[in-house]
Amino acid sequence: MPDMTKDQSIKDAGVDVAVTVDETPANPVAESTGKPRGLWGDAWFDLRHRPMFWISASLLALLLVIAAFPGLFTGADPRAGDLTNHYLQKPELGHFFQADWFGYDVQGRSIYARVIYGTRASILVGVGVTVAITIVGGLLGLLSGYFGGWLDAIISRVTDIFFGLPFLLGTMVVLNAFAERKVYVVIAALAFLGWTSICRVMRASVITAKQADYVTAARALGAGTGRMLFRHVLPNALAPTIVVATIALGGFISAEATLSYLGLGLADPTISWGIDIASGSEEIRNNVHVLLFPAGMLSLTVFAFIMLGDAVRDALDPKLR
Amino acid sequence: MGRYVARRLLQMIPVFIGTTLLIFLMVHILPGDPIRAMWGDKAADPAQVEALRHKFGLDQSLPMQYINYMKDLFQLDFGETFGGRPVWDEMSRAFPVTIRLTIVAMAIEMVVGLSLGAWAGLKAGKAPDTGVLIFTLVVISIPVFILGYVARFIFADTLHWVAPNVEDSMDITQLFLPGFVLAMLSMAYVARLTRTTFAENLRADYMRTALAKGLPRRRIVGVHLLRNSLIPVVTFLGTDVGGFIGGAVVTEGIFNVQGVGNLLYRALQQREGSTIVGVVTVFVLIILVINLIVDLLYAVLDPRIRYA
Repeated sequence: MPDMTKDQSIKDAGVDVAVTVDETPANPVAESTGKPRGLWGDAWFDLRHRPMFWISASLLALLLVIAAFPGLFTGADPRAGDLTNHYLQKPELGHFFQADWFGYDVQGRSIYARVIYGTRASILVGVGVTVAITIVGGLLGLLSGYFGGWLDAIISRVTDIFFGLPFLLGTMVVLNAFAERKVYVVIAALAFLGWTSICRVMRASVITAKQADYVTAARALGAGTGRMLFRHVLPNALAPTIVVATIALGGFISAEATLSYLGLGLADPTISWGIDIASGSEEIRNNVHVLLFPAGMLSLTVFAFIMLGDAVRDALDPKLR
Repeated sequence: MGRYVARRLLQMIPVFIGTTLLIFLMVHILPGDPIRAMWGDKAADPAQVEALRHKFGLDQSLPMQYINYMKDLFQLDFGETFGGRPVWDEMSRAFPVTIRLTIVAMAIEMVVGLSLGAWAGLKAGKAPDTGVLIFTLVVISIPVFILGYVARFIFADTLHWVAPNVEDSMDITQLFLPGFVLAMLSMAYVARLTRTTFAENLRADYMRTALAKGLPRRRIVGVHLLRNSLIPVVTFLGTDVGGFIGGAVVTEGIFNVQGVGNLLYRALQQREGSTIVGVVTVFVLIILVINLIVDLLYAVLDPRIRYA
């Protein structure tokens, strides 16, 4: 990336935030008219010029379509096993989009169909946990940073306590108590322990944002607490939170797969790449394909989200790179 | 300095109590009865269930259970496993193994991560930088358990450099491959962090001064730049210890290392509350102490930071 764009975006971000507060901050297409871009417009301008963003965005679009309509990509039933004909059958790499493209697993089920149908659980968990922690952690951080005092003291100490618990370990303990682990149980468990970094980041940026002159000005003009919080402070403190949340998303997908692999996450009949990788791991010496395809698809998905996170971070917070 | 440490130690107490209480509640409040689960699908004798409940103190109220647990804890009594062995014995066998594994992993992470990051940072914007960026992106994308199987498949099953399973968990040379797998993710983060701070600090005033003084490049990079870039990396290492522990459950399982991860995994499967709470309590303590050490290291790395 040329250095000029980076310097320019730092400058623009610094100067324009204060000017464009009262514009709708989520409106990204404001640049062609010649007026100065806001933080979000600038970030969008920056994003559009990154190949990394387009690669990850198209990958993610494809994955979302697969998650929503798996039937479009395969006619095979991911749960139907045929042990007599297909037990551990090797992949036919020439048979594109056919049931035997990626071969069959120990139960004679089409690995291609299972890889396609497994997408939904991973995407649901990743997006679900990220939305949940952004709302919960973001709200707690906003309140804690804006009001300060005893509320801040309580929220910060609770954050410390949850932060002190190793994340994956804690989710293992929580999930272990549930006999039936549906997607929403896994989302709840991951969100229960995953909200702390968002809360801390939001609190820090709210403390910075609330000291700005335009916040004092808005207060002097008689803005109520709700208006102050959601119209003036939040939009200007949101960027670091979005960066952390986007980067965390890939990590949550990886965490779900790890938990399912350990037998502590999703369970049959939910189709999850983690479960398939666990059963494939026993066959690794002779039948690598049972492990390879779900593992590859999982890594590709995490890769797409991490890459998007990188691109969003570079666009929203050029200093961090 | 002494007063700072004392204050920090005092601040640790509420966090320690809160975290152990949280884990205690998570183990005991959540649905599922571990005693009843011992019988599996078979019908259990109610009298026997009651006797066992009494034996493990599960018939008392939760606050009483927690207070009793903490009382015993101060005498290093972590309670008993369902098999009747003291949890402390199990842990004192498993912890040395995992600590070795973590040290191996940390060493690999520091050496490889710092070198890669420094290389990329010094060549910011050039081919090595892009190469390292893509490499770290790929490493971060592959979950630890897949890396573990891939590493075992390549180095043990195909190349036969090492045995696929660790025979003697106390032998540090056998822990090299599991340690490597455990280190990969954090190594990628260390590399990225080092790259960023190196690239940033290259333009710092003290770098220009050092150059103007006519210091050799090796000294400028190796002492001035490295020392100033270490602070964010050390901070990351402090927070990362918790991640190692989650990773250890996976890595130790794949390579059959008889460490804490394995112990915890077995305890989870049997819902053995005493072992779970014990292991996590010790981990929380370790993390708190490491974070204190990290904060004290700042003063060593940057003499401008002083603790009164």
